[in-house]
Amino acid sequence: MAITAFAPGGGAVEQAPRKRPWTALILLAPGIAYMLLFFLAPFIQLIITSLQAPAASGGIGEYVAAFQLSNYADAIVEYWPHILRSFAYALIATVVGLLISYPLAYLIGVKLRALPMLQGLALILVVAPFFISFLLRTLAWKQILPSEWIGTHFSVVFGLIYNFIPFMTLPIFSSLQQLDMRLVEAGADLYASPTTTFFKVTLPLSMPGVVSGTLLSFIPMSGDYVNASREFLGGTDTAMVGNVIEANFLQTQNYPIAATLSIVLMAIILVIVATYVRRSGTEDLL
Amino acid sequence: MVDAEKFAESGADLELQAIQKRFPGFTAVEELDLTIPAGSFFALLGPSGCGKTTTLRMIAGLEEPTAGRIVIGGTDVTRLKPHARPVNTVFQSYALFPHMTILENVAFGLRRRKVGDPVAKAHEALTLVELDHLADRKPSQLSGGQQQRVALARAVVNRPALLLLDEPLGALDLKLRRQMQQELKKIQQDVGLTFLHVTHDQEEAMTMADTVAVMNQGRIEQMGAPEELYDRPRTVFVANFLGQSNLFQVEVVETTDRLIRTSAGSATIVLPRERAERDSGSMTVGVRPEKLRLHREAPAADGAVNVVGPARITDISFIGVSTQYTVESAEYGELQVFAQNVEAGPQASLGDEVWVSWSAGHTFGLADDPTATGPVAADFSTRAIATRAALAE
Repeated sequence: MAITAFAPGGGAVEQAPRKRPWTALILLAPGIAYMLLFFLAPFIQLIITSLQAPAASGGIGEYVAAFQLSNYADAIVEYWPHILRSFAYALIATVVGLLISYPLAYLIGVKLRALPMLQGLALILVVAPFFISFLLRTLAWKQILPSEWIGTHFSVVFGLIYNFIPFMTLPIFSSLQQLDMRLVEAGADLYASPTTTFFKVTLPLSMPGVVSGTLLSFIPMSGDYVNASREFLGGTDTAMVGNVIEANFLQTQNYPIAATLSIVLMAIILVIVATYVRRSGTEDLL
Repeated sequence: MVDAEKFAESGADLELQAIQKRFPGFTAVEELDLTIPAGSFFALLGPSGCGKTTTLRMIAGLEEPTAGRIVIGGTDVTRLKPHARPVNTVFQSYALFPHMTILENVAFGLRRRKVGDPVAKAHEALTLVELDHLADRKPSQLSGGQQQRVALARAVVNRPALLLLDEPLGALDLKLRRQMQQELKKIQQDVGLTFLHVTHDQEEAMTMADTVAVMNQGRIEQMGAPEELYDRPRTVFVANFLGQSNLFQVEVVETTDRLIRTSAGSATIVLPRERAERDSGSMTVGVRPEKLRLHREAPAADGAVNVVGPARITDISFIGVSTQYTVESAEYGELQVFAQNVEAGPQASLGDEVWVSWSAGHTFGLADDPTATGPVAADFSTRAIATRAALAE
């Protein structure tokens, strides 16, 4: 369901005549193999790890196969503030990011439509930051921002917003680029003020872009561990669930807890995304 | 079908005072003065790029005039935003909101104006166009003709002082278009609104409108009832755009109170003086193809009948109700003759030598000549062409 939200245009797919069913299978094989090898297998491994118990020898990082469901309870009890903080940060950053990206996308996709040169230039400016490493850019902000701001909630959310603006802007731009301006004229003709026309016509018609953009930002933001880490923009009380997973995995070598937190994060995101896509009612726009 | 009480509100006069619209590179509408009386069905007819759609968009408020005033029902609306004008448009593209149901599309304008009971009124308007059973569908689930009717209902439901129709029947097939033409006219008569219909289809304009204004290159060439325009075109453009015409370049020989006698090569063409725009020098006269008769021998010319010939039949097309003959002579060029098929069997065959005659009273004299480029010199600069192409989209 979430995946369909990423398709910008939608549109009907022509049904090809089905002569040889195995042709389709051969064409799908590389994709299926890829998914099995790089998604399903690691995912099963992750579940197995999340249920492991410490080895009898008691050595650091040594675990044996088990069915220790209590790992989940332990992880949630210990780390619920981090989980909550992750989603709070991601939510705030998504909302603020949307408020910045929508006008930007509207400017590029609607206002600059008649000026293709400027439109191309503006798009390049949105994408240009991708040419420089994400880590470098985040480090640069650490130098630019006043040092007393670093390590606060503000600096982490700021970093998240900054890093994900292109992911938010581009899908919204793509939706608004296709907006039929004649519908906006029809709104004006039918007694709707520019503001009403925006909320009744423009915004609903750009919802596929808004849904894609917010998902493309919110999901990676929730699991982000760069912005909130102490080496970058974070401090002692800004750790997100990603930082906790990293610490458990690489520092304390508590693999079961790291795996458990990863699965909990994934499950929560899945529930949020499914609810969101259904609520936003974008299925029939696609 | 229609509750007359519900739609009792009548339309309003529309007045365009010296309206002008310039785009960078060309002028779309030249100082246009036009008054459309309340309750009339008015058609603005012209080829694409003549400025008719720009005129309509200025009335709707979607385009701002460079100069001039727009007055609706005595109120100056020139500077009003589109949503503040008592005008609704049926768009060429229909412009139905794809994310709303048919019912919500129709109720849109009512909801914006906070009219009481918008849903019931929307259902009523959908009943008027016989689509109430599809109220819960989305526009994409409807056929072109149905969408067109929804667009009409969405506009009519607001009972605007003035309803603008921007070639709304263009995308329909011939049969559906005929049906919609009749329905539109019926709705206009039932609801009594002022309709302004913009079209390039001369037949559509003539069948539907009380008054037709023929527009060319940003100006109105001629305005009047359809019969009047057809019977007495005043310019070459109108003579050729509204139906077909046979035109002759003539020299005036003699002018009396009632008649003008002219010479066209070896033939004499006589026309009533009140049917001519000029009465001396050289002029262009014309006659409609269905007024012509074919003869195998030269008929005797008298003051009441004009005769041209001899000529040869170069093309015959059988239409069904009529047969169209193309006859050609060295002296007069090609002439079109439409003959009603009242008798069985071929009346003439290809290559026959014929004479053509018509009653002098059917001749009309035009104000300009076929070579004239018209009142506005054509602008063929790249920029003007690009601007026009962008506007046509």
